[in-house]
Amino acid sequence: MTVHEVEVKINGKTYKEEVESRMLLSDFLRETCGLTGTHVGCEHGVCGACTVIVNDSAVRSCLMFAVQVDGQEMQTVEGLAQNGQLNPLQKNFVECHGLQCGFCTPGILMSTTDYLKKHSTPCKKDIQDMLSGHLCRCTGYDGIVKAIEKTVEDQKVNI
Amino acid sequence: MKPAQFDYYCPKTVDEALTLLEESGFDGKIIAGGQSLVPIMNMRLSTPDCLIDINRLQDLDFIDYEEGLVKIGTLTRQNRVETSDLIRQHIGLLSEAVPFIGHVQTRNRGTIGGSLVHADPTAEIPLALMTMGGSVHIASTDEVRTVNAEDFFVTYLTTDVMPTELLTEIHIPIWEGRVGYSFQEISRRHGDFALVASACQLSVDDQNRISDARLVLGGVESVPLLVTEANELLHGERLTDSLLDKVASIVSKVIEPESDLHASADYRRHIAQSLAKRTLQEAYVKAGR
Ligand SMILES: Cc1cc2nc3c(=O)[nH]c(=O)nc-3n(C[C@@H](O)[C@H](O)[C@H](O)COP(=O)(O)OP(=O)(O)OC[C@H]3O[C@@H](n4cnc5c(N)ncnc54)[C@H](O)[C@@H]3O)c2cc1C
Ligand code: FES
Ligand code: FES
Repeated sequence: MTVHEVEVKINGKTYKEEVESRMLLSDFLRETCGLTGTHVGCEHGVCGACTVIVNDSAVRSCLMFAVQVDGQEMQTVEGLAQNGQLNPLQKNFVECHGLQCGFCTPGILMSTTDYLKKHSTPCKKDIQDMLSGHLCRCTGYDGIVKAIEKTVEDQKVNI
Repeated sequence: MKPAQFDYYCPKTVDEALTLLEESGFDGKIIAGGQSLVPIMNMRLSTPDCLIDINRLQDLDFIDYEEGLVKIGTLTRQNRVETSDLIRQHIGLLSEAVPFIGHVQTRNRGTIGGSLVHADPTAEIPLALMTMGGSVHIASTDEVRTVNAEDFFVTYLTTDVMPTELLTEIHIPIWEGRVGYSFQEISRRHGDFALVASACQLSVDDQNRISDARLVLGGVESVPLLVTEANELLHGERLTDSLLDKVASIVSKVIEPESDLHASADYRRHIAQSLAKRTLQEAYVKAGR
């Protein structure tokens, strides 16, 4: 067993911690940093609940070790709201019934945030394709797709 | 589900990584994208004593064009392969194959080389490499050797890469002339592993006669299956319905698919035949354009 020092910037704040090499990034976020917004479902990359952004790409935090993010920048769902206000994407999830129990939501929000940064005008099919990496047992996905489509539309108006 | 304990090393150079591999021997394991390795570690199906993380080896993350060849570093993320214009232009079959792998989120992290070394019998990248006739470079502290796709895949989840070796680059030849290709697969759900996948790349002469064809099937054997008999039959021919039927019967004869939870052997045989015909036909039409 080896213990390593990890320094990582999460949502703009620096965390310096000691971790065991086998600690999953998802557990590090939840248990060491107290950022329990990132959810853990399957722990083998299938459900998408644990998705976070590492160095500008959405990845599964259950398939990375905490020691691997040393020196990197990350975003988790806690970083989306600004000054206590939900961001436009989050508001649209509320408005369009994009969530019920909310277990899948943080992962989907992080994937979508990364995706919309890289694809400003996705069609419905693109959105569905991106969502294929996320399991939602409640909504039937329709509200989720609508919330994302609405965010894309709103962004067009703003430009 | 938590992985067993291990020592972790994060080399900064390829040489350092090779020395670590040499020292750790059978106890060491490379981690690239971790999208296949970490799930099996979480399930404790794999409990390496020592992990050697190659994610900081930026020298292994590249896509280069050279006369007649595209070279790709092992650490190049699948997502970068998928969106590369250079790859689309010169070795487009790979661009067609990669979107079938998992999901955007796993392709953001998963690497081209990791997929090759993991060598799942239905995996898309091994199938594409075999179809395009590519080769790989494998390094150890002693030497760098080149291995062709035909000799690389040994059996289920097993390749020619030894525990003390590192896959470094992938070389894919650019076919000359009027070339067409097609990649298709059937899976239970989008992003799942394929039940059966088929890839075909071929070239035609100015009379639309096939001058070279490589039809390869995934998911029907322990390794990607080059359907040599069909490829020989196609040589010098124009593609007709009766030729397609002949190819389908060759496919049915040479494969020995297995039954499992996801599909019966009979169903796999059926889709292998259909997909072989479809990919062949599409590749032929594209080549003739
Ligand atoms: C939800 C989900 C769905 C998926 N669906 C598909 C799919 O449809 N099709 C598919 O093909 N794959 C699929 N995968 C697996 C794919 O995402 C992996 O990226 C790929 O199989 C392995 O690449 P990696 O870079 O993640 O390698 P890792 O997981 O890091 O490593 C895999 C193996 O290769 C070895 N290795 C890696 N790099 C090297 C190297 N350079 N030299 C020597 N050994 C090396 C490792 O030691 C390990 O044994 C899926 C994964 C998930 C989580
Ligand atoms: S918990 Fe990571 S994908 Fe399910
Ligand atoms: S809202 Fe309950 S799982 Fe998606």
